[in-house]
Amino acid sequence: MTPALPAGLPGCVSAPVLRERGQREVFCGLTGIIWLHRKVQDAFFLVVGSRTCAHLLQSAAGVMVFAEPRFGTAIIEERDLAGMADCNEELDRVVDRLLARRPDIKLLFLVGSCPSEVIKLDLSRAASRLSVKHAGATRILNYSGSGIETTFTEGEDACLAALVPELRADHDTAPGLMIVGALPDVVEDQFARLFAELGIANVHSFPARRADAMPAVGPNTRFLLAQPFLGETARALEDRGATRLDALFPFGAEGTTNWLHAAAKAFGIDEMHFRRVIAPGRERAKRAIEHRRATLSGKRVTFLPDSQLEVPLARFLSNELGMVPVEVGTPYLHRRHLAQELALLPAGTLISEGQDVDLQLDRVRAARPDLTVCGLGLANPLEAEGLTTKWAIELVFSPIHGFDQAGDLAELFTRPLRRRDVLRV
Amino acid sequence: MQLTVWTYEGPPHVGAMRIATAMQGVHYVLHAPQGDTYADLLFTMIERRAKRPPVTYTTFQARDLGKDTAELFQTAARDAFNRFQPQAMLVGASCTAELIQDDPAGLVEAMGLPCPVVALELPSYQRKENWGAAETFYHLVRTMCAGATAAPRTDTARPRVNLLGPTALGFRHRDDVIEITRLLDTLGIAVNVTAPLGASPADLARLGEADFNICLYPEIADTTCRWLERQFGQKTVRTVPIGHGATRDFIAEVAGLAGVDPAAVLDTSNLPWWSRSVDSTYLTGKRVFIFGDATHAIAAARVARDELGFEVVGLGCYNREFARDLRDAARLYGVEPLITDDYLAVEDAIQALQPELVLGTQMERHIAKRLRIPCAVISAPVHVQDFPARYSPQMGFEGANVLFDTWVHPLVMGLEEHLLTMFRDDFEFSDGAGASHLGHGTAAHTPARPVLEPVADARVAAGGWSPEAEKELLKIPFFVRGKARRNTERYATELGIAAITLETLYDAKAHYAR
Repeated sequence: MTPALPAGLPGCVSAPVLRERGQREVFCGLTGIIWLHRKVQDAFFLVVGSRTCAHLLQSAAGVMVFAEPRFGTAIIEERDLAGMADCNEELDRVVDRLLARRPDIKLLFLVGSCPSEVIKLDLSRAASRLSVKHAGATRILNYSGSGIETTFTEGEDACLAALVPELRADHDTAPGLMIVGALPDVVEDQFARLFAELGIANVHSFPARRADAMPAVGPNTRFLLAQPFLGETARALEDRGATRLDALFPFGAEGTTNWLHAAAKAFGIDEMHFRRVIAPGRERAKRAIEHRRATLSGKRVTFLPDSQLEVPLARFLSNELGMVPVEVGTPYLHRRHLAQELALLPAGTLISEGQDVDLQLDRVRAARPDLTVCGLGLANPLEAEGLTTKWAIELVFSPIHGFDQAGDLAELFTRPLRRRDVLRV
Repeated sequence: MQLTVWTYEGPPHVGAMRIATAMQGVHYVLHAPQGDTYADLLFTMIERRAKRPPVTYTTFQARDLGKDTAELFQTAARDAFNRFQPQAMLVGASCTAELIQDDPAGLVEAMGLPCPVVALELPSYQRKENWGAAETFYHLVRTMCAGATAAPRTDTARPRVNLLGPTALGFRHRDDVIEITRLLDTLGIAVNVTAPLGASPADLARLGEADFNICLYPEIADTTCRWLERQFGQKTVRTVPIGHGATRDFIAEVAGLAGVDPAAVLDTSNLPWWSRSVDSTYLTGKRVFIFGDATHAIAAARVARDELGFEVVGLGCYNREFARDLRDAARLYGVEPLITDDYLAVEDAIQALQPELVLGTQMERHIAKRLRIPCAVISAPVHVQDFPARYSPQMGFEGANVLFDTWVHPLVMGLEEHLLTMFRDDFEFSDGAGASHLGHGTAAHTPARPVLEPVADARVAAGGWSPEAEKELLKIPFFVRGKARRNTERYATELGIAAITLETLYDAKAHYAR
């Protein structure tokens, strides 16, 4: 499986990985819809699934469900299971009704779920059939966000990977830069300003904010992953000739510097100019982080698997805030994309991939870290056992990338510890 | 297929989780794909439970599909038993596992676990959460009571009852149980077993020792109560004690069955006097729309009409299992019953009826907010704020006090209502400011905001309103304006009037003044 790595590489590059299979306390890929639908403003995400899927989205999206969301569930019912032809007709009917009610929708994703995958409902065929029917008005694509295939943020990966074949071919001879991964608008704009100042002109975000503004891709496309969970998307982009720029992920002052630097090098930006441009942001980030150092330095932290952000975040906390990672769990470890990150983790950190939640909780209880980063199903029970927790989902929903969010990112980890200190109850 | 954004109920296995989580010493092994563990956070976050729900998921993945999943299930069941040592286990499948047709019942039977195991059949594509909870409770009780007979009572001094129905994630179940237990204690009645909330499988085995059962939440306990009637000859108290009157009826029914004097507990609620005090006069005839689970909706309708003097203009529920009860109740109030689990249908009904108060679930709260109608929550599903830290029952006399406060609070207070009408041109009382406690208000010192509905430039606006009629409409307080607009338009349509003038507006007003 994993190629043998030479021993003696820095940090955790050659560290053995604890691979576990058992009960996994994670979200499925459908959850990605909650932030993707805010990002692509004329897209609608129609899950084809069961009442459980609808209930999951509602529980995860909370009050967002009431803000005229651009997602919904076509709930498979008993009679749909009776015959497949009927199921396709039903789906067409639901889509027709939906598009009639929401004519502003330009891009419709049919999102596969566990039930639709298990009954082998061919959503890709349905998507092409419906694309023909609604040609000119709405493009219809499909991807799977099922729990049997995707974990949490992998839903975004599957969605973007489905979009890649649809991207226009870029015949431009000048190289262009693509930022891959849905980022909050404010962060996207900050990065756009930095790249402009650096002198990299042709910069696009993928996904774009509108369906008809998706970037083109070609052999001259260089892309930076903004998120560590985009394995399939990267591969699909590489299949279309684009080149991935290897870098740390843009968390903290160091991560962001390295990430921007990868682009600057690829685009032949003068080193002195690069340093000058990023200096103010980098300084601000360092100052903001410094405020949190006293609270976090020396504190031991364990990450339970959730979003694949765990490795880069552990690197940030250990390198820039002096925290000590005990165990860094990730649902899936993409060694190639995380090579630089792993090299910067302190040797001796336990890296675990996958999960057997009861065994992992036994390890947490034995190690008693100062901070445990985990999902909402575990956070309160661990707090009740006297373990301080940081709920992980907030790290996906909050702006945490780039220089100007570095302080906020550190603050997210500080708050639970500070709260523990201020409470007198 | 049904297009859904919002569901009132989760899938049936969430109902089963509510039973397992409510109880002690029960563990539920759920054959389910990775991701279904999301349901845990309903309990740890919404209800703020300090322990993980006692549920083990097999969390199979695509690569496990095939015969692997059956083995996965057995391993999970064995590990769960060894780790948690439950008194009884529940096993079952979620919607996806139902499709792959591993047979949890057969698989677990083959394992010969040393504790009672209840295999649940919960058809995910037909049924929902409440049904799942009722079914799970019923099968657990049957299993634990197998072979038991109505035990001859040794202690005949105090009558004993079972309190049946409260679960995890139940709307105010925690405090209702406290309130009713206290009330029964005052009557000299002991609670034999409260279940499922707080009960163990061993407790369920003792259900037969009670004199009769109290069905607190029919959605959960009705099936079980019927079975207990047959099995042990126990009678069931079916009056749900929500509201002052219902509580009195409940006491009479309980006292009758127990052979005790009800006098000791009567008339301890503030509601009757609060409601009769002149401060409440303005509540008379307020038009109220009620939606929720059938039990809470039906109870709320009685309180609304008989105890607060409201006019019930709409009554509905989302759980079809109790549709007949709701239809019967709707007849009492002369309204069309609304039985639907489609929130858009509920929204349409509210919009059409233009009530002055909505009593409903979390969903109706959001609908009402959008339509700027006051609202109070009376039923699940609810968000975290409706699992309050403070004592806040719905049942019994204290429950009646809670209902009074909760329902009256969102209404524009009587005096404020007059001020809004009299001084509506003053900036503090303008539409933009809204009622002080509704949260619409911005800073009190901002100048009057422009009116919310634009006055059209054209002589006759799109809806057929002339500019001066439109302007006059804006002088009507915002909380009745929707009704006025609707009535006027209906009046105009009925009489075939194309343009609504000032005259039409007041003609309509006179027409509808009854």
